[in-house]
Amino acid sequence: MIFATKENLFISYLKRDLVVSFRGKSASLNPLIFFVMIVLLMPLSLGSYSLALQKVAPGIIWIMALLSVLLSAGSIFDEDYNDGSLEQMIITPNLLFLPLLGKMTAHWISKSLPIAITAPFLGLFLPMPENALIPLLVGLIIGTACFTLLGSIGAALTVPTKDKSFLLALIILPLYVPIIIFGSSVIYYMADGMNWRYPLAALSSIFCILVVLSPLAISGIFRSSMIE
Amino acid sequence: MQWTWFHKFASPKWFYQITGKILPFLAWLTFFLLVIGLVLGLGYAPADAKQGNSFRIIYIHVPSNFLALAGYFLMAIAGAIGLIWRIKLAFWVMKCAAPIGIVFTLVGLLTGSLWGKPTWGSFWVWDARGTSMLILLFLYVGVYSLGRSFHSANSGEKASAFLAIVGTVNIPIIYKSVDWWFTLHQRATIKFTSAPSMHPDMFYPLLIMIVGFYLLYAVVLMLAVRAEILVRERKTNWVRTLVLK
Repeated sequence: MIFATKENLFISYLKRDLVVSFRGKSASLNPLIFFVMIVLLMPLSLGSYSLALQKVAPGIIWIMALLSVLLSAGSIFDEDYNDGSLEQMIITPNLLFLPLLGKMTAHWISKSLPIAITAPFLGLFLPMPENALIPLLVGLIIGTACFTLLGSIGAALTVPTKDKSFLLALIILPLYVPIIIFGSSVIYYMADGMNWRYPLAALSSIFCILVVLSPLAISGIFRSSMIE
Repeated sequence: MQWTWFHKFASPKWFYQITGKILPFLAWLTFFLLVIGLVLGLGYAPADAKQGNSFRIIYIHVPSNFLALAGYFLMAIAGAIGLIWRIKLAFWVMKCAAPIGIVFTLVGLLTGSLWGKPTWGSFWVWDARGTSMLILLFLYVGVYSLGRSFHSANSGEKASAFLAIVGTVNIPIIYKSVDWWFTLHQRATIKFTSAPSMHPDMFYPLLIMIVGFYLLYAVVLMLAVRAEILVRERKTNWVRTLVLK
């Protein structure tokens, strides 16, 4: 019985947040549009010389995906904080683990996953070699999930502060280092003819650690700030 | 088991009084150790066979990097103590440890790049250790600025304590990934020639400097925490009588 309630908590928060984000159409598309625009501006600053672009394209796409996810994940709790429903969630006797995981999953599906899916198409524009597109996609699907999980910790820490975008980047960017290293290595491994599943496995293990630790850390942050 | 000692240690007043007694002695000890270490290291240690005299910067570089890393763990542990036992003094230690750690990390990075110029031919090389220290600096800056961006100082301290703990969990992963990244992108021209064992005449000054730097850290941290105590406890009677005396 208890198990059934908990499962419903995850599903219900996932559904609620998905509905909220799909009803407010334009806002949930903004990170994706930002990502597309900023990646397509890159050739204008780097020149259209295709060999040079080919070499830096994976790095560009990874860094820009990082920025887009960071910007959107920073405000994951803002709406709930402003209308008070975050407080209601915290004072319920339930463990916060599943509701938080549901919220983050919804955020990832509605805002980060579109970025990962669009990236290979942008890769064609830059241009990237066609056989690098699948590693890019797979790496970004796991990578954006990691970005969302870590970015939500930063969002939880900075919820009551104003003008938080730079502060959030400041505290979260150093933590993104392993993800960006392993994520972009997936493509460089493939380009060098090595087995790209090794960095992908490292990336997946980081994801597994984060999926357990991130909701725990966030619920600790919320519970301790509520005591005051 | 009696836990009174624990709560006594958590009292700002007791901390202020006891450090006031220890500090003069500790400060002189630090001064003598640093002077002895520097004179022996810079004046009497033999020059390195390959690097000549430029190696002498390790007498500053190595101890400050030690303290940069140890200081981060001290900061995170102090933050965890503050969160678990709700001890405000632990939060203040954490808060004061951040800027001190930034300075030690900066000194480590600067001395490293000064040493890199004659040795490697460039001020900065993207090697594993240097990059890890750079990211450690970023982690420090995050903790520092998060703690100072809240209206209420208490919630700022809690938030930066959480961030310090999250950072501690990440440090091994970051270090390993940077290490791995470096071996992937390694350039053949740069080699790390570190002798397996140092000559004792080189090693003892280094040991003295490391102990001296640890004491220096303790002295600076105590001074900073004492100042913080006076500011935060300014409404209590004992601080008023102390200041007006």
